[in-house]
Amino acid sequence: MAESENIVAETAEKIFADLADAQTINHDKQGAWKAPLWQALTEAGLPLSWVPDDLGGSGASLAEGFSVLNVAGRHAIAVPLAETMLAGWLLTQARIASPEGEMTVLPASPKDRITLNADGSLSGRARGVPFAKDAKHFAVLADGKDGISIAPIDAAKCRIESSTGLGGDHNDTVTLDKVQPVATKPAPKGFDQTTLMLMGGVVRSLQIAGALEAMLDISVRYSNERVAFEKKISKFQAVQHNLARLAGENAAALAAATSAADTIVNAKSLNNDAVFLEAASAKIRCSEAAEKGSSIAHQVHGAIGFTIEHILHRYSLRALAWRDDFGSESYWAVELGKLVADRGADELWPLVASR
Amino acid sequence: MTAALRFDPIRLPEKCEQLRKEVRAFLAEEIAAGTFDPHAPNREDNDAPEFSRRVGAKGWLGMTWPKKYGGQERSFLERYVVTEEMRVANAPTRRFFVADRQSGPVLLKYAPEHIKMDILPRICRGEVCFAIGMSEPNSGSDLFAAKTRATKTDGGYLINGTKIWTSSAHIADYMIAIFRTSPPTKENRRHGLTQFLVKMKQPGIQVNPIGQITGQFEFNEVVFTDYFVPDDHVLGEVDGAWKQATSELAYERSGPERFLETYYVLTELVRAVGKNPDTRSAEGIGRLVAQVHTMRRMSVSVAGMLQAGKEPVVEASIVKDIGTVWEQQLPHRVRDLAAFVEETATNRETLEKQLDFAIKTAPKLTIQGGTTEVLRGIIARGLGLR
Repeated sequence: MAESENIVAETAEKIFADLADAQTINHDKQGAWKAPLWQALTEAGLPLSWVPDDLGGSGASLAEGFSVLNVAGRHAIAVPLAETMLAGWLLTQARIASPEGEMTVLPASPKDRITLNADGSLSGRARGVPFAKDAKHFAVLADGKDGISIAPIDAAKCRIESSTGLGGDHNDTVTLDKVQPVATKPAPKGFDQTTLMLMGGVVRSLQIAGALEAMLDISVRYSNERVAFEKKISKFQAVQHNLARLAGENAAALAAATSAADTIVNAKSLNNDAVFLEAASAKIRCSEAAEKGSSIAHQVHGAIGFTIEHILHRYSLRALAWRDDFGSESYWAVELGKLVADRGADELWPLVASR
Repeated sequence: MTAALRFDPIRLPEKCEQLRKEVRAFLAEEIAAGTFDPHAPNREDNDAPEFSRRVGAKGWLGMTWPKKYGGQERSFLERYVVTEEMRVANAPTRRFFVADRQSGPVLLKYAPEHIKMDILPRICRGEVCFAIGMSEPNSGSDLFAAKTRATKTDGGYLINGTKIWTSSAHIADYMIAIFRTSPPTKENRRHGLTQFLVKMKQPGIQVNPIGQITGQFEFNEVVFTDYFVPDDHVLGEVDGAWKQATSELAYERSGPERFLETYYVLTELVRAVGKNPDTRSAEGIGRLVAQVHTMRRMSVSVAGMLQAGKEPVVEASIVKDIGTVWEQQLPHRVRDLAAFVEETATNRETLEKQLDFAIKTAPKLTIQGGTTEVLRGIIARGLGLR
């Protein structure tokens, strides 16, 4: 997804380039860059890209929003842009207006459940919630006796056990004990937690693909600068072949993620085998690529890439951390394997070929 | 920034789905008639000239070529559908595959009109088989080290030397080969090779089959002794084959055969584990399906970019690199999972036979048509490392 494809992604690219230079923010231990960046993103309407005008958002298309996420991945941005976009998208499914400020979604794992109680309050626990500590509101998907509901809640009403994930970003446990939501509406027919997890998985897949592109770029540049044994290390065949493999992992991640995003953009319903195959495959393949790709990027950089001063970890560790959100690759592999087995051997090729 | 890789999410157009139905119906009829067994993927021993003619009669050979040469002027994406359905069904495509994918397009571009009018319609009818003469006993990946000589004589050239690893040479009617017409120059070691159309089954050519580790005799040694090739069988520029050899490579590298060669073991594994797989089997199958889906999306994307007139050279090389490594690993991953299949699975024997064949086939997949090492060199050049 080239940044020139739409003006929304171009805007994001420009904001990140101006206010989130990797070198600068890597040295800024106080995080002084965060507030101006978030303000610029908000003024450009990016966090609520997927929320229509009448619900308080900027009304960008799904495709435009997906390309913003790919750009965000390339910059491995440590602000809850993807999470707020996903939360706004979730609230929009039930035609609930999005509040201002940072948001994230609950639950963020297929194993956790939030329950809608008979009195209209919400209870339950969600683990591994990205940026919960930074969010003002949570968009919640809850199970109740009348089905599945969507509800925004005030983050201050929840108990948050703070933690950080592999990438150094907040990754918290959120406990809801009879929290009264701001609003509650039923989820659209067929929309369930799997739908939310698949969408979250595609979001993370695009970010991983973006981070891999950045890792390839900085690894190629470094190999063309670093001299060892009296020549640039890019001239060693072993290094060239490692970088070719990194390009392959980047390519596979990009293809899987953009294909899944394109499927969601064009889907009449998100509740079918085609969407499941595309979105689950993207999360599986991108997560595998994150592992293989980041290890090559580190290998090319040698010891310098292992330092906190170097920017490589901003991309490598986030790509690895993103594997865990909204269902890990092993979780989705089991689910995809079950679906394929259920449909039977002779339906596998027709499913693959239908995409 | 390094030049960004592109894998646009291209879908096959609607009209391809009608074609896919026709191909599947045709293959089902052929299977029912006993032409081939889709569960026995040893098609390379299974030369099927009559099947080849029936595929030709359907209009599925040379389908992208101009109508005046017997083609259908259809798109590369439609050809893609035919190719992938044949591959997945384990259809015996050996007699026509090289001519359709590679040799026909070379003739279209470089052969004189009377030769095009003679040969291309016969390829489209499924009547002729082609081989490719590249490697020699001391030149494989290093194509430009080829020594087999073409010496100018009255009205043509005399060929002397040996080609090797030449697939299908024992059944081929023609070969497209490169021969040395001049020594390389100091400035350009690739100079001096010329591409020729060679008529097989003539005096002066001896074909010696070479046994493979699969037990098959699919490739050959081809010895030329004062073999005469007329002037009008020169394809393209004399001494300039190096300018031509790369033009069709993107199609050759990124097609369905670059990741589906051992696909059948995955289908059979799914059949063997049944409706309710345990966690390990489910996870294993899920990862393999995610991979084959991703490879196909990459391959279709390159096909679509080629159809649109773009030149995704690096992307096509990536598809062959990771696609062939994957199809090579696939039987081993399926073997891991097959260890847990119940003894009572009805297709257990079929799966075991297939695994045996696929594991023996696997080593060649990352060698034929450009080794992994050569491809990674091309990708590295695209990244600006060479």
